[in-house]
Amino acid sequence: MTGAQIIFIVVALYTLGSALMVVTTRNLIHAALWLVSTLFGVAVTYALMNANFIAVVQVVVYIGAIAILFIFAVMLTRKDMRDSGPQMNKNWWLGALVAVLVFAGLAFMLSGWSGFSKVAADLPSGFDSVSLLGEALVSPQAYVLPFEVASVLLLAALVGAVYVAFNRK
Amino acid sequence: MVPLSWYLTLAAALFSIGLFGVLVRRNAVAILLGVELMLNAVNINLVAFWRYSDALTSMGGQVFAIIVFAVAAAEVSVGLALVISAYRRRNTVIADELDMLKW
Repeated sequence: MTGAQIIFIVVALYTLGSALMVVTTRNLIHAALWLVSTLFGVAVTYALMNANFIAVVQVVVYIGAIAILFIFAVMLTRKDMRDSGPQMNKNWWLGALVAVLVFAGLAFMLSGWSGFSKVAADLPSGFDSVSLLGEALVSPQAYVLPFEVASVLLLAALVGAVYVAFNRK
Repeated sequence: MVPLSWYLTLAAALFSIGLFGVLVRRNAVAILLGVELMLNAVNINLVAFWRYSDALTSMGGQVFAIIVFAVAAAEVSVGLALVISAYRRRNTVIADELDMLKW
């Protein structure tokens, strides 16, 4: 087993353990903080895949903005910080069964695929994924249209969120 | 070097954990936390398929991952605004208790 594989296994176990805490812990603030931990593990996974820009965006956008938004939402939707009553549905075992079946189905489907155990080629020397990504995002031959549509979507979501959460009283 | 199967298995497990959270949690904010986990699992798949493809210079996988970031930010801002608005009107964020069709 090589060093990269050991690092991957440690990061994957950390990510999955944090994700399990997100869905099982009772206190919602703790769940949001475990989400920060999970997102950080995913960012390390991106870094392991040489996707440097995506890893940085993961930390800045997900941990810096979305997780903090969750913590604000948790604090704005309660009167006291204790969580009373059950946090899960009565038939939670049914949800667990569906989740396990989905995982088994995905694993079964992927294991029959010919490219499943493919190994990545080494990056060519001087390979700069950030500048390639920047060019792809603004090039008319590549992805400038989805990029602009995403900006319009963000503007619509901004206006919609302000309108929906606005207190008229 | 880590084979592609390990990343895909990690993403499938993360997706299933997120699905469990969406199906099982009662609090609407916790349901959105599960949706975030599922979106992250999809992003791991997109970046992994970019890294393990033969055409590394075509950046489709990473561009799609960035689009998913934008969609996730839009989804979570509107979703949390809806939760806050529902809390103002009904004084609860338990999804089971938000069962009125019209106020």
